[in-house]
Amino acid sequence: MSLALQDTVSQPKLAGDRTHRARQLTWLLALGLVGAMLLSLAVGASGASLWDGVFDLAMGRELSLRDSIILFEIRLPRTIMGVLVGAALAVSGAVMQGLFRNPLADPGLVGVSAGAGLGAIIAIVLGGMLPAAIQAAVGYYLVPLAAFVGSWFTTILLYQISTRKGRTSVATMLLAGIALGALTGALSGMLVYMADDAQLRKLTFWGMGSLAGATWSKVLAASPLIVIALSVSPFLARGLNGLALGEAAASHMGIPVQITKNAAILMVAGATGAAVAVSGGIGFVGLVVPHLLRLLVGPDHKYLLLNSALLGAALLLLADVISRIIISPAELPIGIVTATLGGPFFLWILLRQRGLLDM
Amino acid sequence: MLKAQDITVKLGRVEILHNVSFEAHPGQLTAIVGPNGSGKTTLLRAMTGDIEYSGQVTLNGRDIKTARAWELASERAVLPQATPLAFPFTVHEVVRLGLTNGVAADKAGLVLRALQRVGLAGFEGRFYQELSGGEQQRVQLARVLSQVWEPVAENTPRWLFLDEPVSALDIGHQLQVMQIAKNYADAGGGVIAVMHDLNLTAMFADSIALISEGSVLCQAAPETVLQDALLSRAYQCTVRVNTPPANGTYLLPHAASVAAE
Repeated sequence: MSLALQDTVSQPKLAGDRTHRARQLTWLLALGLVGAMLLSLAVGASGASLWDGVFDLAMGRELSLRDSIILFEIRLPRTIMGVLVGAALAVSGAVMQGLFRNPLADPGLVGVSAGAGLGAIIAIVLGGMLPAAIQAAVGYYLVPLAAFVGSWFTTILLYQISTRKGRTSVATMLLAGIALGALTGALSGMLVYMADDAQLRKLTFWGMGSLAGATWSKVLAASPLIVIALSVSPFLARGLNGLALGEAAASHMGIPVQITKNAAILMVAGATGAAVAVSGGIGFVGLVVPHLLRLLVGPDHKYLLLNSALLGAALLLLADVISRIIISPAELPIGIVTATLGGPFFLWILLRQRGLLDM
Repeated sequence: MLKAQDITVKLGRVEILHNVSFEAHPGQLTAIVGPNGSGKTTLLRAMTGDIEYSGQVTLNGRDIKTARAWELASERAVLPQATPLAFPFTVHEVVRLGLTNGVAADKAGLVLRALQRVGLAGFEGRFYQELSGGEQQRVQLARVLSQVWEPVAENTPRWLFLDEPVSALDIGHQLQVMQIAKNYADAGGGVIAVMHDLNLTAMFADSIALISEGSVLCQAAPETVLQDALLSRAYQCTVRVNTPPANGTYLLPHAASVAAE
């Protein structure tokens, strides 16, 4: 907090300059994320007793075996995965919106999520046809792996279609994204039609999205891509700010537009692919989080991306906590929680901000 | 100086510019004029590297095809005809985007000075998207000015490329913006402006390039270009150049004879 105070002293307050507020919000969101992580560790179907466990741990006391297993093998990987997935979805949304210069853009829009979904559905419906040896080797990871491959494949295909002579046309990419989304949707529909009852049940749960299946191996599988993608994102901030004025203006301002666009596309594909692969379709985080932050502290990507990561992680953890306790001891898939909370909230933002969105 | 040689631009199968050559010198305001669809803006966009062209464009001796974006950005800024913004930036934030490439020590101070220069001091906290078209145009001018604030730095002239900078403005702000451009040139910078208004061009330009049907009819000093015969040929209507009692030139299209042709 002392850093924030120093900023107050050294920087005179200027009208229209929201950098100071954005930095303060970063501290606030970081605190909020720590709070959400503690809550996520302490709350669950096994009752509130783990508050004592967290407290014991903080005091350096030994945990009981049961508490230790619940905390370290179930809740900790789940919390870390929530942080990774929430941050990945929110930052992917913010980067995609900056790239497309459209506050309503989302990785779902350009078929990245649809590609991941097709991959998962192929794995669920046709996975049984694979040779037994491969099934045994891949095992539980077949669905997440296929979802990940699907999102990468869609992104690369989309990129090939919309790039000519080293220039990516955002308009072509949006339209191609819609076409690819329809195509993958149709293929997915055909596969769903072929699926039997058990497969349909599996498909439904995957589609709703959940952090419930979090394990250390899943966390390890998803974290390298997400961590790399998130570490690249701060370097995109300057370029995305320039792109808000249009590609030509950005280039006139000295921004290497093509490099920025390539890096943004790769970043989004990596983060979204990995996030969708381990958590299924969790909607609205990438749409609501950046939007909310733009309302609070403005669209400067220098602060928007970091703040999106923090708020996305915190909100997803809170949604996960709600999904765990609302029909305890059963669990509601988290995608239902984010859609139930995020949908009306987003509509409310749209109605309130209609004037600013009309362009 | 800026030098464009044998510029040919094709959009699809249509050739918009045919072997156009053009030059502009620092210390001068060079205007590009011509009728609608003659290729004025296309020429400007070729010279800012926004569209594919054959031929060569050099800025301060550097070929713009091989120069890097940040090298060019430190020597020239470009004001487009209109700049819609995707996100709710404040006026302060928009102008500060102009300092993306620079290493200005006092960025906030420069933003304020740029806004003062275009007569928008006090607008810092307003949302760009809530301004009128003319105000938005002047905010963009402030951004562009802040990008190349010093007309000459390290003995190298800086350049302003302005695409119809006064088209959205009332007469008072037209004069204000043209005066800003003129002052920039007088201080040693180079200014290239695509212009519609021939009277303003006559008042402020040091050199005029007259473009018609994708070719430069004539590039010279205003008194050479602003001739009845040349203008009438380019604009396909009878234009008569008059000199008012005070110094300066104004032109009147001769409306009565349009029907006669």
